[in-house]
Parts: sequence; C-alpha cells; structure tokens
Amino acid sequence: MSNTQQLEDLTTQVRRDILRMVHKVNSGHPGGSLGCAEFIVALYNDIMDRQDSFDMDGIGEDIFFLSNGHISPVFYSVLARAGYFPVEELNTFRLINSRLQGHPTTHEGLPGVRIASGSLGQGMSVAIGAAQAKKLNNDSHLVYSLHGDGELQEGQNWEAIMYAAGNNVDNLISTIDLNGQQIDGPTDVVLPLGNVKEKFEAFGWTVVEINQGNNIEEILKGMAVAKSKTGQGKPVCVLLKTVMGNGVDFMMHTHAWHGKAPNDEQLAIGLEQNPETLGDY
Amino acid sequence: MKTYTNTGNKDTRSGFGAGLTELGQTNEKVVALCADLIGSLKMDDFKKNHPERFYQVGIAEANMIGMAAGLTIGGKIPFTGTFANFSTGRVYDQIRQSVAYSDKNVKICASHAGLTLGEDGATHQILEDIGLMKMLPGMTVINTCDYNQTKAATIAIADHEGPVYLRFGRPSVPNFTPEDQTFEIGKALQLTDGTDVTIVATGHLVWEALEAAKALHEKGISAEVIDIHTIKPLDDEAILKSVAKTGCIVTAEEHNYLGGLGESVARVLALNHPAPQEFIATQDTFGESGTPAQLMEKYGLNSASIIKAAEKVIQRKK
Repeated sequence: MSNTQQLEDLTTQVRRDILRMVHKVNSGHPGGSLGCAEFIVALYNDIMDRQDSFDMDGIGEDIFFLSNGHISPVFYSVLARAGYFPVEELNTFRLINSRLQGHPTTHEGLPGVRIASGSLGQGMSVAIGAAQAKKLNNDSHLVYSLHGDGELQEGQNWEAIMYAAGNNVDNLISTIDLNGQQIDGPTDVVLPLGNVKEKFEAFGWTVVEINQGNNIEEILKGMAVAKSKTGQGKPVCVLLKTVMGNGVDFMMHTHAWHGKAPNDEQLAIGLEQNPETLGDY
Repeated sequence: MKTYTNTGNKDTRSGFGAGLTELGQTNEKVVALCADLIGSLKMDDFKKNHPERFYQVGIAEANMIGMAAGLTIGGKIPFTGTFANFSTGRVYDQIRQSVAYSDKNVKICASHAGLTLGEDGATHQILEDIGLMKMLPGMTVINTCDYNQTKAATIAIADHEGPVYLRFGRPSVPNFTPEDQTFEIGKALQLTDGTDVTIVATGHLVWEALEAAKALHEKGISAEVIDIHTIKPLDDEAILKSVAKTGCIVTAEEHNYLGGLGESVARVLALNHPAPQEFIATQDTFGESGTPAQLMEKYGLNSASIIKAAEKVIQRKK
C-alpha cells in the first residue's frame, strides 16, 4: 500500500481504534498514540520491507521496536490491521487474560511484538543488538525503532547512542517522537532536552528531520531520505515533530491526555472527528 | 568416606573463559559481549578467535544487556560478561524487562561474585545477586564450585533455551571435579554419603564443605555433602532424599542468608519435610577490603564454620 489516501484512511481508522480501546477500559495512553499514528501506519504499510507472517528472528525483513511502550494502542491497532492478529482482539486491550497487555510484551505470544517495553529507555539497545545480528546474518534489511522525547532523559539511551555511532551500526533508523510533552508537563519544563539534533550529531549520528510528523507525505519523504543514509557507516536518527493527541482537537497540544481515557461524551466527539473508514472492530 | 583430590588451584573465571573459547569453536550462534573487563572475565581468546562475534560495549552495562536481548532476535546466543555486581543490581530492570519478561535466550555470566574478589571492597562484592536473579520468573541460576565445573556449565548453558545467570569468582580455589564431566542443569551432585547431617553447598563453599566433612568424619560424625550448582531450578528431590536420611541440614553459600540458597532450601523443607537447618552465609551485611581468606574467615564462610554449624544442627535434632 503506498497510496497516500489509503494510508490516511487507515490512520483515521487507527485513531478510532485508539480512542475506543482506551475508552473501553478507562485507561491507557491516547495522546502519544494519536501523535504517532501517521508514522506507524506509514512504517508498517509503506516504509518497511516486511513479511506478512510473524517470525521472531525477522531474518530477511525489516523489523521495528517500540521503545516507548505506553503508546501500545497505536501499535496494536496497526499490527492488527496489518494482519498479525485478528482486529477483533483489540477488544481485549488491557483486559485480564489478554495478549494485549497495557504495555507490549512477547510474554503472551502476541504476533508482531519482539520485545517487552514500558520501562523506558531500553529499546535502542535492543534495536542495536538486533541490527548487529542482522550484520552477522548477512541480512541487509533494516532495524527501525521509535522512542519518546521524554524517554531520552533515561541514561541508557546515551550509552546506546554512543555505542551505535562508535561501532558503525548503520543499518538502524531510530526515530524520536518530538512532541515536547511528558506526563508532568512540557519536556522543556520537566527536564529540558536541549538541542536534540545537535546532541545526536555530536555523538556521530546522521540526523534527518521531519518537521510535519503528522503529515503522511512528509513522513514518506523524510523516511526515504533516512533510508538513503543507511549503509554509510553511521546510525540514522529521525527527529519526528508530532502533535500529541493529533486528530482529536481537544487532545492536541497538551500533556493532559498522555495517560487519560476519554469519557463517553469525549469519545463521541473524537469519533465524530474521525469517521469510520475501514470498519470498526 | 569418599575423598576428593585438588588437582591444583585455579580460578573459576578461567573455567568460564575456557568454556567460552570452546563454544566459539563449536557453536556459531554464540556471541559474546563485555563491558570493559575482557581480561578479568578471561574473554581474550574468544575475542581473538572470533572478533566478528565479540562486542566490546565499554563501561555501559545497561546497553550491554539490551544489546544481548536484541542479538537473540536473529538467532544468536549472547553471553554477557562483567562483574557480578554490574551484571545484576546495576542492570536489574534491563534484565527484568528486556531479558526475563521478554523470554530472551541471554546468558548473563558474572565473575567476582561474593566476598572473594577481596581487596576492592564492598562496592565490588555483591552478596545479593543470587536473590535478585532467582526472583525473576524463568531465570535459571547457577553458581559453580571450581574450574572444571565452571567450564562444563558454560558449555551446557549454550544448549539451554532461556535466560541463565551463571555466577563464578576471581580467586584461585581447589579444582576437584572431573575434567570430562557433563554438566546437567538442575541436577544436584551428591559428593559424599552420610547419615548424621546433610551439608548442601554452592560455589566456593563446596570445597569447604568437603573439608568440613573430612574433619567431622574424624570426630565420628557422618556428613553427606551435596553440591548444588543450580540454585534455580533447585533439585528438591536430592535435598529431601538426603534429609529424610540425616534429619538435619546445613546450607553454605558465599551470599547473604536473605535470598540465597539457604532460603530456597528452607522453603523446600518447610513444604515437605520440616527439619532443623543452619545457614552458613553472610548475615545481612556488606563486605569490606581484605584478602579472600581473611574475609571468608571474618564472615564465617569456611570449613570451620560449617563444622560448628553441623555440630549445632545435629544437637537440634534431639
């Protein structure tokens, strides 16, 4: 699928899935999920060269790691709609005995998930390990990862960032969701990140900026550039500027919906703003 | 009673290094990661022979554990190497989420465990690592007693699917188990037959338990020594079978009594066959600088302490 309209339609449906999932269990993280919907939809349906069936080792295909595991609603919705598991299973999000745990895990055997995430700051190291395994296996496919911007406050990231540059892990594209928000408020207030671009560059990464991270065309263009920079001795960082809560007007531009579910009335408004495209689960 | 011969003191970490060297030749899936302690962990040969499968990660243990988890995705069998303290407490959450909860086939290999790394003192002497690791669901915990056993265990864990914590040490200690042994995870080794007291020991304390049994024998006390190299899963059957015969037990380990082998044994007994137990272990304390021998004496982790504990526990039967 590479038609922009199709990707946009899918994104709209994914937004509905996110809202309905978190509303049903009155918990979960809609803000960051909505902010990354276009990116993950584009990743799974255009950017990545992946196989239809799931194999943990992912040999001979591009693979993705979600480090900021709390945006599981968007991850689950995109995985289900990519065919990894039945869309109806989204109904079980955060319920007892579900494979769709609050944060993604391999522990329940959900196809599409390769690592548990939730405790922040661990995904880049895992992605680097998987990228090194690809090199050992002479597998020229790429490893993608996604990280929250607040997540960069975790020190392990900087160990990983230093390692990847120092060891020419150039089959890795790590994307930072720069929405400027975290649970307690704007990142600039909680713990300023400084100039993220300059930091990655100072560590020796190639940085690609996508300034409209909620625009499918811009994402596709930017990620094509990112891909073209792989294989040149440096890891690639994509700075994806997104709006938290994108696509639901009252959730946008605030950290208030980081980890809060909409009530019945709010759900109705959110769904009205995102009419059904591919069919609700 | 059966006696054992020390074929010459050797460090258990060199057993690990030798095992890893062999695995490098026999198993192409094995990769190794080290956090700036290649010499201390005896990983030099693996690095030299297989530079493409060796990852020097620098002083960055959290990244090392995460990378190891990632390397399993692609079919590799990663062995991480650093000191026990930096292999466990420092990276507990990384092991918990990226390795244990994620069911990754990572082998966490930890040297300099316990007091016997000596002079570096308490910052480097971890006495809590067995507890930390055994509490993680799905984690196998192994603490080997000599060079030969450590080498055999290193080779054996490569064939075990799932996360493993392999604990060994720095000092030269008696090497007395067979060179050609097959290491069976989870299988206790009965070293001597006895009827008066069971002595269950792990790691460096196994030799001390054998020395204690010899001395007890001269006093007319028959001690059954069991080498528990695998603390999890514990060989309940071997322990219960022995205690059914002796009626009492001494556990011996280079670890805090909280969270160690002793507590695991106490649970097995409480559930199946309550019996008097004495604990040779550190008493909820940090270590300190000193020679290994001085430290083991000061903290009561030697054959003299085991003898006293055996005599005491036998009294408690009456």
